Amino acid sequence: MSTVTADSFKTGFLPTWCPGCGDFGIWMSLKEALAKLGIGPDDGLLVYGIGCHGNMYDWMNIYGCAGLHGRALPLAQGAKLANHTLPVIVVSGDGDCLGEGGNHFLHAAKRNPDLTVIIHDNQVYGLTTGQASPTAKPGFKTKSTPEGVVDEPINPLTLAIISGATFVARGFAGDIPGLTQLTMQAISHKGFSVLDVLQPCVTFDKVHTYGWYRQRLYTLEKEGYVPNHKIQAIEKAMEWGDRIPIGILYKEEKPTSEDREPALAGGPLVKAFIGGEQREELLKEFI
Amino acid sequence: MKNSVTWKIGGEAGFGIISSGSMLARTFSRAGYHVLVTNEYPSLIRGGHNLVTARIGAEKFESLNRDLHVLVALNKETVDVHKDELHEGSVVLYDPKDHEWNASDFPPSIVLLSVPFTQLVQDMKGEPVMRNTVALGASMAVFGVPFDGLAAVVRDQFKKKGQEIIDNNIAIAQAGYDSVKKNPAGNDSLFLSPVAKKDGQLLVNASEAVGIGAVRAGLKFAAIYPMTPINALITFLADHAAALGIVYKQPEDEIAGIMMAIGASLAGVRSMVATSGGGFALMVEGLSFAGMIEVPLVIDLGMRVGPATGMPTWTEQGELQFAIHAGHGEFSRIVLAPADAADAYSLTIDAFNLADRYQIPVFVLTDKYINESQWCVPASFFKEPVSIDRGKLIKEQDLPADGSFQRYALDTPDGVSPRSIPGMKHGQYYANSYEHDETGHVTENAGKRAAIVDKRLKKMTAMALDIQPPKVYGDEDPELTFVAWGSCRGPVLEAMKLLQKKGKKVRVVHFSWMYPFPADVTKKILFLKSRIIDVEQNATGQLASLIREHTGIEIIEKLLKYDGRPWYPEEIVEKVNK
Repeated sequence: MSTVTADSFKTGFLPTWCPGCGDFGIWMSLKEALAKLGIGPDDGLLVYGIGCHGNMYDWMNIYGCAGLHGRALPLAQGAKLANHTLPVIVVSGDGDCLGEGGNHFLHAAKRNPDLTVIIHDNQVYGLTTGQASPTAKPGFKTKSTPEGVVDEPINPLTLAIISGATFVARGFAGDIPGLTQLTMQAISHKGFSVLDVLQPCVTFDKVHTYGWYRQRLYTLEKEGYVPNHKIQAIEKAMEWGDRIPIGILYKEEKPTSEDREPALAGGPLVKAFIGGEQREELLKEFI
Repeated sequence: MKNSVTWKIGGEAGFGIISSGSMLARTFSRAGYHVLVTNEYPSLIRGGHNLVTARIGAEKFESLNRDLHVLVALNKETVDVHKDELHEGSVVLYDPKDHEWNASDFPPSIVLLSVPFTQLVQDMKGEPVMRNTVALGASMAVFGVPFDGLAAVVRDQFKKKGQEIIDNNIAIAQAGYDSVKKNPAGNDSLFLSPVAKKDGQLLVNASEAVGIGAVRAGLKFAAIYPMTPINALITFLADHAAALGIVYKQPEDEIAGIMMAIGASLAGVRSMVATSGGGFALMVEGLSFAGMIEVPLVIDLGMRVGPATGMPTWTEQGELQFAIHAGHGEFSRIVLAPADAADAYSLTIDAFNLADRYQIPVFVLTDKYINESQWCVPASFFKEPVSIDRGKLIKEQDLPADGSFQRYALDTPDGVSPRSIPGMKHGQYYANSYEHDETGHVTENAGKRAAIVDKRLKKMTAMALDIQPPKVYGDEDPELTFVAWGSCRGPVLEAMKLLQKKGKKVRVVHFSWMYPFPADVTKKILFLKSRIIDVEQNATGQLASLIREHTGIEIIEKLLKYDGRPWYPEEIVEKVNK
């Protein structure tokens, strides 16, 4: 067995993200986390949405599926149900996961499949050159909101907690060691893990810079926060402004979507033999 | 004595109309008769006019006809709505409590049989809904068949509800039977010709037949959002999921449904979706994605009346061109359209094999008429051996250890490249929604783009040998040729028989394999000095357009029906003779 390292995921293609993009931090943390968990290029499936985040597949050497905008979660759930021993990780963005794919996000949380979704949360649509995303805060001026955003932002964390996600955390793309830890915990958690990553868009957002975040972020764990209480988790998730928490907000153990399927008790569906078997027992109800 | 009778039962939703239809059908099917049962109902749960029609024949037939021998009216409205369909010798079974009918209310020579449905149920301490059971018993007496057959069906129907309920239902059915036997108006004119008992005749609708076919083909995953007319497939799969080792998932919407099915297929299992037109409209981007990443996928598209929500519980063949053209961009696909439940079973098995062989989406284009009608099929038909072809699904040990595997290798004569499954050692690739090269890596290079488009579309020519030509029925040198597809086959074949009885030479050309269109063979078949009539269940003649597009043959005469009701053979004959 060869050892998996962050270099195992090299493809020979270089990232096309803007220099300084927060996506780099997320990508490096993910590679580190996979390597530390021993998940190599043939051992897992990454499902990507469409957006700047999704372009990661091209410089990430592991089974990948670059899906359709907003549809990564149902795609990942289908793959997971077909082979529940396969680690499946969804790489998504705030527009992908909470805009186009908002309904899928709610329902994934409610089912609790054993998936991890890493949300690149930067408040803008970068790939379409800078429109407001569903997480954009009021007043934020973008190409689609020249007078500033007027709607309330979607809060991925509160939404995940009330919808039934069993692991909800927030990370920061500028803190690779911390984000690596969170990513490992999210992937290791059995159930639907939501990891929202605050990520500066250096090209289209001149407000929420690395410095802006660094002045405000604090680590929940260091303040003795215990992530086992839903109401407290929602309170923490709503904290925004001078102080912004990062770390695990909520975590619980619950049966997963796959645990609840009797057909999966004997092993993954993909390993089941298909041979055109007789199914006489099925015909009885039609006589 | 009759060789074929048609029975209708009508009443409000909630009167047990649909289940009485099934029980009657089961009784006759078990006795060896050929049976076809259809239902008509509005899209609501209580009230409205519900109707079940059952045709029972001593010999096999292909569709309903316009006969109406027995009308069972569980309310007054049923008589009002169907009075004009009655003919000489028709029997009306009604409850005097609903309305006191007189012979003068009807065309001459019908037989009015007053059966006190409500009173009998009350006398025997039954529930009001059991009036349909009285009606079933009474119907057995009208058709002159022994009561035991129905009693056995009642026993099976209520098995889970306990002996008391069974006994009560049988007693109530018997009371209905006896009341007709002793009614002086009853006679033997509608007695059915006796038949030899056939073993193992099944009654299935096309949705259930798709389910049986899918399971035999090795279906492992289905994600289906509820929608008329494919709901029976959900029931079938959900009921048997645990025992069969399959997963049925109810998705949040059809978009999620098709994406889940694609995900499952990508991860290596046979998967499917089912929906109707409106749900399929949502699936269209997923369809295009499946075409792009070349995953096998089976789509049961159960057509109903559109556009938009349309008439959800009525039938139409309005989505042939939609299925053929749906999806942005150009990619390969196959569209199959079964004629009945037996066909739905066989074509579903074919669909799974074709989807794997060519790594493409394959449609089974069903409709409300076949999905919710119960068809008589011998059990032996479902027991024939089934072969499984998973196509170029590569084995893990055959993957080159040097990492040189190319999922979308271009050097294949049929456009189909070997496929690995996530988790296989040395099989890593990207299933990429963006245009990609042999490895799945994104490309916008002009030459590479053209090459992979060619590869994906090459499948359409490679499958030429798989294409099933249209089936031809009837006379060799016809004066009249009917062209039809999918579920129109039954009524058109019956119309052919009626015309042949009058000395006409008639031929039917029926398509089940719709796309890629069997152009060459169609050109040969339709190259004749015959009047050609296209018969379809839509308003625009979508098959006729397809034929013209691919063969240049323009069919001028079209019989198009788009009122939501399936064709009657007599209706076709009348229009032909006009």
